[in-house]
Amino acid sequence: MSATPGVKPSDGVANRSGHDPDERGHFGRYGGRFVPEALVAALDELSAAYEKARHDDEFLGELDRLHRDYTGRPSPLTDAPKLGEHAGGARILLKREDLNHTGSHKINNVLGQALLTKRMGKKRVIAETGAGQHGVATATACALLDLECIVYMGEVDTARQALNVARMRLLGATVIPVKTGSRTLKDAINEALRDWVTNVDSTHYLLGTVAGPHPFPVMVRDFHRVIGMEAREQVLERTGGLPDAVAACVGGGSNAIGIFHAFIDDPSVRLIGFEPGGDGVETGRHGATLAEGSPGALHGAMSYLLQDEDGQTSESYSISAGLDYPGVGPEHALLKDVGRAEYQPVTDAEAMEAFSLLSRTEGIIPAIESAHAVAGAIRLGRELGPDATILVNLSGRGDKDVDTAAKWFGMIAEDESAEDADGTAIADGGRA
Amino acid sequence: MTVADVFARCATDNRGALVGYLPAGYPTVDDSVDLMNAMVEGGCDLIEVGIPYSDPVMDGPTIQAAAETALRNGVRLRDLFTVVERIAAAGGSAVVMTYFNPVLRYGVDAFARDLASAGGLGVITPDLIPDEADEWLAASQTHGLDRIFLVAPSSTEERIASTVAACTGFVYATSIMGVTGARDSVADVAPEIVARTRPHTSLPIGVGLGVRSAEQAEQVASFADAVIVGSAFVTAATDGGTDGVRALAADLAGGVRRAGARTPA
Repeated sequence: MSATPGVKPSDGVANRSGHDPDERGHFGRYGGRFVPEALVAALDELSAAYEKARHDDEFLGELDRLHRDYTGRPSPLTDAPKLGEHAGGARILLKREDLNHTGSHKINNVLGQALLTKRMGKKRVIAETGAGQHGVATATACALLDLECIVYMGEVDTARQALNVARMRLLGATVIPVKTGSRTLKDAINEALRDWVTNVDSTHYLLGTVAGPHPFPVMVRDFHRVIGMEAREQVLERTGGLPDAVAACVGGGSNAIGIFHAFIDDPSVRLIGFEPGGDGVETGRHGATLAEGSPGALHGAMSYLLQDEDGQTSESYSISAGLDYPGVGPEHALLKDVGRAEYQPVTDAEAMEAFSLLSRTEGIIPAIESAHAVAGAIRLGRELGPDATILVNLSGRGDKDVDTAAKWFGMIAEDESAEDADGTAIADGGRA
Repeated sequence: MTVADVFARCATDNRGALVGYLPAGYPTVDDSVDLMNAMVEGGCDLIEVGIPYSDPVMDGPTIQAAAETALRNGVRLRDLFTVVERIAAAGGSAVVMTYFNPVLRYGVDAFARDLASAGGLGVITPDLIPDEADEWLAASQTHGLDRIFLVAPSSTEERIASTVAACTGFVYATSIMGVTGARDSVADVAPEIVARTRPHTSLPIGVGLGVRSAEQAEQVASFADAVIVGSAFVTAATDGGTDGVRALAADLAGGVRRAGARTPA
């Protein structure tokens, strides 16, 4: 069995897609640069460095080598027949980005941007993180490539993802808890942007998703296109045809755009993004930006966002820190408007049910983010029936979420999870 | 009154202009009107009325906290027009400083129309560059508002030229690379960005970010046409109310006057 013989990780970077923005980064009416003038020079520098690297065999070769020897690409495609039994008998295929080094798809983008940082001669990297997946991946690449790494993380998220905070620190990164606004991902991005405006000469902002000002949405997408390129070949080889639908979770939208992109020109393939429905969109406590939001400018780009009638950003909510974001990448906004992709909310409860189901049926504990895509695939399978093939981007693994999940399912008491009542850390094996 | 008239009046006085910033609705809508009128009484030539915004990426902790307070106290976008109207009624001149999303949400043309009818003179847009501003260029033209874009120390010659070409009223030069907030010294790059901008425009050039003392105001007024002060006024309002901002305005105005007329380059 050949493992995606035709696909190299750098293909998504070297080969232009037929769905690129205009030269100023507009995907239809979305995207662009809604940023302070102070950042424009750095964005121009980044655009130029990226454009040059795309045609540079040394850069592309280094990216391929790292993804093969360090990330562990290509990531496998796993049949999930027992999960399929719960999904109307549909055939469910999992693209295993959870098996990448650092445990998620985030490494695809991070290695690319870290290599670019070196080429631009910058020595300091800043990043935002929600669940900590992007922060861990960034800290990892910075350790590997000798870059100073500062990660901004909302204080709410440092609490619910404490293990990833420790991981980043072990890797040598400085983690700065952000205490402004809603103290989540949105505010971590604000703080990273403030740092960047101040230190732009020495610093690269290694943005973790397909949002932000041009060139981030197109560049980050290109680094993730490998997901869909590999998966398309793997599905063709495995099943002899294209899938009926591709399912992915959408926060900022990087793993979704990475897998969708290879199928945009296949009209028979439905592309469906599953957004965090939180407590249910009717409660107002959710992060379903595309399903429930409206167009506006946030964090450097025009896209959909959750906002009130005065244009103030609304606070999002999700059990999943990585999806808890009131904005979304501009290319998704365009895909929604033109009807090429659909976006549906999945509630916390549905995601956690899928989390449990995948763990028990297939022995795979997904990230809670990715569990939203699994829940969506179950919903789709029940709709499409036993003849359907559904490709799911399993974007990350759930090690970081064990604490949250154990509380959700009542496997440990709330106050027992990290510390006992006296504040003493629980040793291995728990209480005597 | 127009922004050009404000600068012309200062020029006949042989001095630069003092521009003072406070957020509308801080700490309440009525209080903010009193505070801004006190700034005018103290000697501010132009009031920069900020729209509190949930995600102010160009602002440091002082203005962030003030915006949060104003929003928590219930300020709405429509209150902005009331504030501007009341400043104009008291004889002050006001421009608005706003991140772009509230304007987009209100409707760019409707915002320009309602601001002009409230007596506002123009808008400073910290996260809108002329490249993305087609709708705002048209609306400001239609409703006779000045559009004040920013230039930064990192701006290339080419970008300075294209940015000032889109400006009317005055040009806002950020004195440092960074966010708003009072600093002890104004960086060396401030005279440089003004000098680099000057050949591209006949508009007045204001310098903002980091100014808090009369000495700094005097220093900035020696090479720029306007001294723009924000965070220091927020702190003065928080600590000393109307008396505090009136005294700070008088102090800064003294610094600007001591600088006299800018030495022609």
